[in-house]
Amino acid sequence: MELDAKIPSGPIEDRWDNHKFNLKLVNPANKRKYNIIVVGTGLAGGSAAASLAELGYNVKSFCYQDSPRRAHSIAAQGGINAAKNYKNDGDSVYRLFYDTVKGGDFRSRESNVYRLAQVSVNIIDQCVAQGVPFAREYGGLLDNRSFGGAQVSRTFYARGQTGQQLLLGAYQALQRQVSAGQVKMYPRHEMLDLVVIDGRARGITVRDLFTGEVASHAADAVVLATGGYGNAYYLSTNARGCNATAVWRAYKKGALFANPCYTQIHPTCIPVSGEYQSKLTLMSESLRNDGRIWVPAKIGDKRRPAQIPEAERDYYLERKYPAFGNLVPRDVASRNAKSVCDEGRGVGPSGLGVYLDFAEAMQRLGHHVIAERYGNLFEMYERITGEDPYSVPMRIYPATHYTMGGLWVDYNLMSTIPGLYVAGEANFSDHGANRLGASALMQGLADGYFVLPYTIGDFLASHRPDQLGVDHPAFKEAEQGVNARTRQLLGIQGKRTIDSFHRELGKILWEHCGMSRTEQGLKDALGMIPELREEFWKDVRVPGENEEFNQNLERAGRVADFFELGELICRDALERSESCGGHFREEYQTPEGEALRNDDEYSYVAAWQYQGDSAPPALVKEHLDFEYVHPSQRSYK
Amino acid sequence: MKLTLHIWRQANSTAPGRMVKYEVDDVSEHMSFLEMLDVLNEKLTLKGEDPIAFDSDCREGICGTCGFMVNGVAHGPLPKTTVCQLHMRHFKDGDVLYLEPWRTRAFPVIKDLAVDRSALDRIVAAGGFVSIDTGAAPDANAIPVPKERAEISMDAAACIGCGACAAMCPNGSASLFTGAKITHLGVLPQGQPERNERALRMVAQATEEGLSYCSNHGECEAVCPKGITLEVIARMNRHYIKAEWVDRGQPAE
Ligand SMILES: Cc1cc2nc3c(=O)[nH]c(=O)nc-3n(C[C@H](O)[C@H](O)[C@H](O)COP(=O)(O)OP(=O)(O)OC[C@H]3O[C@@H](n4cnc5c(N)ncnc54)[C@H](O)[C@@H]3O)c2cc1C
Ligand code: FES
Repeated sequence: MELDAKIPSGPIEDRWDNHKFNLKLVNPANKRKYNIIVVGTGLAGGSAAASLAELGYNVKSFCYQDSPRRAHSIAAQGGINAAKNYKNDGDSVYRLFYDTVKGGDFRSRESNVYRLAQVSVNIIDQCVAQGVPFAREYGGLLDNRSFGGAQVSRTFYARGQTGQQLLLGAYQALQRQVSAGQVKMYPRHEMLDLVVIDGRARGITVRDLFTGEVASHAADAVVLATGGYGNAYYLSTNARGCNATAVWRAYKKGALFANPCYTQIHPTCIPVSGEYQSKLTLMSESLRNDGRIWVPAKIGDKRRPAQIPEAERDYYLERKYPAFGNLVPRDVASRNAKSVCDEGRGVGPSGLGVYLDFAEAMQRLGHHVIAERYGNLFEMYERITGEDPYSVPMRIYPATHYTMGGLWVDYNLMSTIPGLYVAGEANFSDHGANRLGASALMQGLADGYFVLPYTIGDFLASHRPDQLGVDHPAFKEAEQGVNARTRQLLGIQGKRTIDSFHRELGKILWEHCGMSRTEQGLKDALGMIPELREEFWKDVRVPGENEEFNQNLERAGRVADFFELGELICRDALERSESCGGHFREEYQTPEGEALRNDDEYSYVAAWQYQGDSAPPALVKEHLDFEYVHPSQRSYK
Repeated sequence: MKLTLHIWRQANSTAPGRMVKYEVDDVSEHMSFLEMLDVLNEKLTLKGEDPIAFDSDCREGICGTCGFMVNGVAHGPLPKTTVCQLHMRHFKDGDVLYLEPWRTRAFPVIKDLAVDRSALDRIVAAGGFVSIDTGAAPDANAIPVPKERAEISMDAAACIGCGACAAMCPNGSASLFTGAKITHLGVLPQGQPERNERALRMVAQATEEGLSYCSNHGECEAVCPKGITLEVIARMNRHYIKAEWVDRGQPAE
């Protein structure tokens, strides 16, 4: 198979405009004859569904939560980037493009990233017009901050609730279309299969989570905006329900899965407190602006932090990276935390934690300044741990946070299945091997508000609306498949709980394909995962029945898919014999212990093609060219 | 620690429900309330019993999915805290806790502690938005918004739509929810053109959903996990009265 990314030619600044001009248009009077399915109501799906409905298409929108407003995008705290240059500090579309390509460690597509930077400015306009209450300055204009080590202030924010406010904007636009009759909303519905007819995506099969009823929906195009797959690791900063089922079903129907091994581990999360832990909570990256990270210099030093004198503390980031100190990028900070803990210098009951200490900042700036800057975060920390970070240093540890990999899409955001589009975290498109802070929200909204409404039109313009019904045998077949799998899960009635399997899978992935990876470790994981999966299908106990509200059945199906995806993650990590961004292979590092890319051999997108359950997937490569930003080694010394 | 839980069990929306007693031991003070229930559910599963249904997703107090009554209080005893953020260190050995679903006509029980809150979505669909199509927006800084207005708007916009206000209200009113959305948009310049219509339509929809009127008990404010105050209800009433009596048939100024 050959991958055609459909990248327009010409100077990069003109590509999107020229491309838009060349896209075919659907006659306004014909739009209502087309049906589009959008799965997911996060920033990507919510904005896409609302915008497509505004154009006049008939949209059906699905989410597994009880309301579209609860999609996981709601949890984003920090902010959203845009190249507005309101601060006059030298930002520009080109600089945001440059930073994103470099931040992605030269593993993303230049043209996509440039477009992302271009439309970023329209996003902020749109959101403000919707009534998103961004932070403002005294003069009434929008405030910005610098985020995640960026050298310009380009991050827009709404207190610590940016994702919530952006999502409410998209949700309100969606509800407006619901009341106009242009969107039909299906909350508490889970997509369990993609229906492909004559090589083209024509609909989905869903389970009504309230009644258990399995039914299908047909459409002229299908959009998946179903979020990331970080929950494969069991513990992550994602919401409990986040899952890979929709994209995994699409993969098994022929959509290629790109770069599954690119996972982002966020350095500042509250450490695990016990086996019962159900999720991990992110502490905003901004804390590293004033907090100092340290561990005891001596192995096994169990004294309380206040009893450890300055001379016996190791401020390891400041020591190793004098130029950036505590503000090194996420992957570097995470890896270093792991290595000091592996040495036996970790803190807290489990030994898996490092201190983030504000004592010096409080002395320098005063208690009130720290309270003003981080008050709500400190409160959240205290609520969860019971410790007061004003008097005892915080304990933090890295956790799985974001997945850069996802379904492969071309420049139009179409997957390898014609008529199947993928948006937001669910696709692989813009972040390469590492995502910069405040760029996921930007990408989700760019895809939904400003890319898909154009590119889907182009596809539809050359496919007549045919009002396909769900009586086509392909839908019945998909429904039978879904029902058979449900019966199988319910029929096992084994001795282990779903979560016990998920926890074990998560541990394998975390240990062997987490912050650092080795050839042997990945090979081991590739042996353990199929064994555990086999045990799952023999010994899991899924209580209840299909024809009812059955949260365990929902979870079991998702975990079953994580098993298969987990294997692909490890396979991809093993194949990529280099280190880049979030993918650190211990064999490939500089003498100083930094990630060592191998541009000659690995400057490509690894897209995996399903070949049936009994054969390994095939690797298809999309070569990456860098015409504008020339690959260089990152250095934070 | 050891706890005794009395939990409302109801198989589906039409079945009768009842309180069932569970003894849980080995509760760690570091667990969240929902993790404590997860552990109980794992035990029930292995014993062949039906686990307890309850909704949750983000588990960090922002998505508004979780929520039930703990000893008669929505989201439990800790102020400004959703039940997913409530940790067991706030309880003590031997405590007896009663867990019940949100109880209001507008939120039928789906199963056990999970309820149907789609009424809240319909209230927003009735008018809780600014009518602006994608692509039609002027530059974001074209209309300055005084900082204090933006702050009032943000205070109200912090609502997570969990429904605790309606569940706690003796009248079964969701005025704190509706008022929060009307305030969020109503104090911003972008929300002005539709201010009257919005207030009239959202209030009418709330009534249609079987959510009653506010008579200033203030229970909602006391349990709101986001600290939204009764001021939003006062603003809603002001917008409503102005729309209904002063500007009747006229556009808002
Ligand atoms: C704690 C946290 C903080 C973050 N902070 C920031 C930040 O400050 N800035 C930033 O840029 N990014 C941040 N991110 C990342 C960012 O929030 C996400 O990448 C982004 O919101 C994803 O949006 P999405 O629309 O792609 O998917 P989501 O918001 O995850 O939405 C997925 C949707 O798909 C639906 N769905 C999933 N599977 C199915 C199925 N099988 N059937 C039906 N529906 C389904 C869900 O119901 C949901 O509606 C943060 C992430 C986390 C976890
Ligand atoms: S689960 Fe999201 S607020 Fe409690």
